[in-house]
Amino acid sequence: MKKIIKYVIVDIMRNKIVIAYTLLLLAISFSLFNLEDNTDKGLLGLMNIVLIIVPLICIIFSTIYVYNSAEFIELLVSQPLQRKHIWISLFAGIAIALTLAFVVGVGIMVLLYSFTATGLILIGVGLILSVIFVAIALLAAVYTRDKAKGIGIAVLLWLYFSIIFDGLVLFILFQFADYPLDKAMLVLSGLNPIDTGRILVLLKMDVSALMGYTGAVFQNFFGTAIGMGITLLVMFLWMIVPVSLSVRKFRRKDL
Amino acid sequence: MIIANNVTKKFGKLTVLNNVSATCNRGQCIALIGPNGSGKTTLVKSILGMVIPDSGFITFNDKNILHDWFYREQIGYMPQIGRYPENMTIGQLLNMMKDIRFKSGQASLDEDLIKEFKLPDLLQKRMRTLSGGTTQKVSAALAFLFNPDVLILDEPTAGLDPLASEILKEKIIAEKQKGKLILITSHILSELDDLITHVIYMQDGNLLFHKDIEKLREDTGEKKLSRAIASVMQKC
Repeated sequence: MKKIIKYVIVDIMRNKIVIAYTLLLLAISFSLFNLEDNTDKGLLGLMNIVLIIVPLICIIFSTIYVYNSAEFIELLVSQPLQRKHIWISLFAGIAIALTLAFVVGVGIMVLLYSFTATGLILIGVGLILSVIFVAIALLAAVYTRDKAKGIGIAVLLWLYFSIIFDGLVLFILFQFADYPLDKAMLVLSGLNPIDTGRILVLLKMDVSALMGYTGAVFQNFFGTAIGMGITLLVMFLWMIVPVSLSVRKFRRKDL
Repeated sequence: MIIANNVTKKFGKLTVLNNVSATCNRGQCIALIGPNGSGKTTLVKSILGMVIPDSGFITFNDKNILHDWFYREQIGYMPQIGRYPENMTIGQLLNMMKDIRFKSGQASLDEDLIKEFKLPDLLQKRMRTLSGGTTQKVSAALAFLFNPDVLILDEPTAGLDPLASEILKEKIIAEKQKGKLILITSHILSELDDLITHVIYMQDGNLLFHKDIEKLREDTGEKKLSRAIASVMQKC
């Protein structure tokens, strides 16, 4: 299994996209921190970038990569290797390469300019989101044979998680404005890893007061150890569930 | 050694394999013959576990292959159309396969074909730039590389030049004499004459017959395999 991961990572490093992605993140984080004297503002700007760009690149790159390694997968499947191991190695290889790119592109800058709890949480959220969106991409890729369709689904999923979902939440908020929705909002935010990540970072920035009463509820929940634990668990589920679903599908896939 | 039991596979509405049962034993050299789209490659792929049958099962050395993967260590597979990671060079590909598959304590590597096909001169070439014939040579070399007990060759000589195809044929005969099981699908029947011991004939996903070659010659009264098959096809 280690050997396959090694070959996947070597292959990803050889194609220049991940390096370009690293440089892009590096440029963004460097310029945002230098734009403002206040590193907190830089961090806030960086958060928005991280929450939009990282999932987008991760999901699209991984989907295309899985389709492009169809030959590699086909070759490995006819060898004495377990299908489960092939798929998990592919996942691990992509995830390691992309998280590495994130650490170099954003992590180092954040540690240099803003070595605070907020900065650390931002790095953590970025890393977790990278892995989650690789997992979702693998799930989308294993279920569709057609490359164009698979990439389309990946883009739609990203659109859903970063834009459409928030629209739906707003819609629900306005429709049920007469009811107490604070607890429901907690559950709803768990349904979207990007939202969960955003809340985690914002709460650490002490701007939760801006969010009104709901912000207080969030603070009460995410501020506690149990709340934090549950959040991490939810994020963890967002990684495990898509991967295990895609493994199940891949084991019975005809190649 | 390999037993297929009522294997059925459908792709959508199309039945590609219909209740196929066959027994293949050590020391045999079996030709899988049939028109295009008769399910030969699908049968081969099901034996390799690349295609999973809808019903029925396949055993390898009396073990069901469905949840097994280790049995593939004893199989060398040469695909009909070899598809390999495009950015790798031949050398990298060979090294990777050795790295993944070769374990110390195993019988030594069989690099005869690599040498005879003169692949060492091409090690720096990327897979994407190779001609169809060279890709076939790489596929063949990989299939024989690990000294497997079973060789599954899907149209091995298609696209090879006469010289290379002669080298491959001699290699197949040599391996056959070592008592290995060899499964060949091919449309070039004249090539198979001096190779095979058994014939499996498939049509529209059905296995029509599985016979000893001598028996087939007797039944049809033809000496040449191509004529024998032709007379069978006319009867069907």
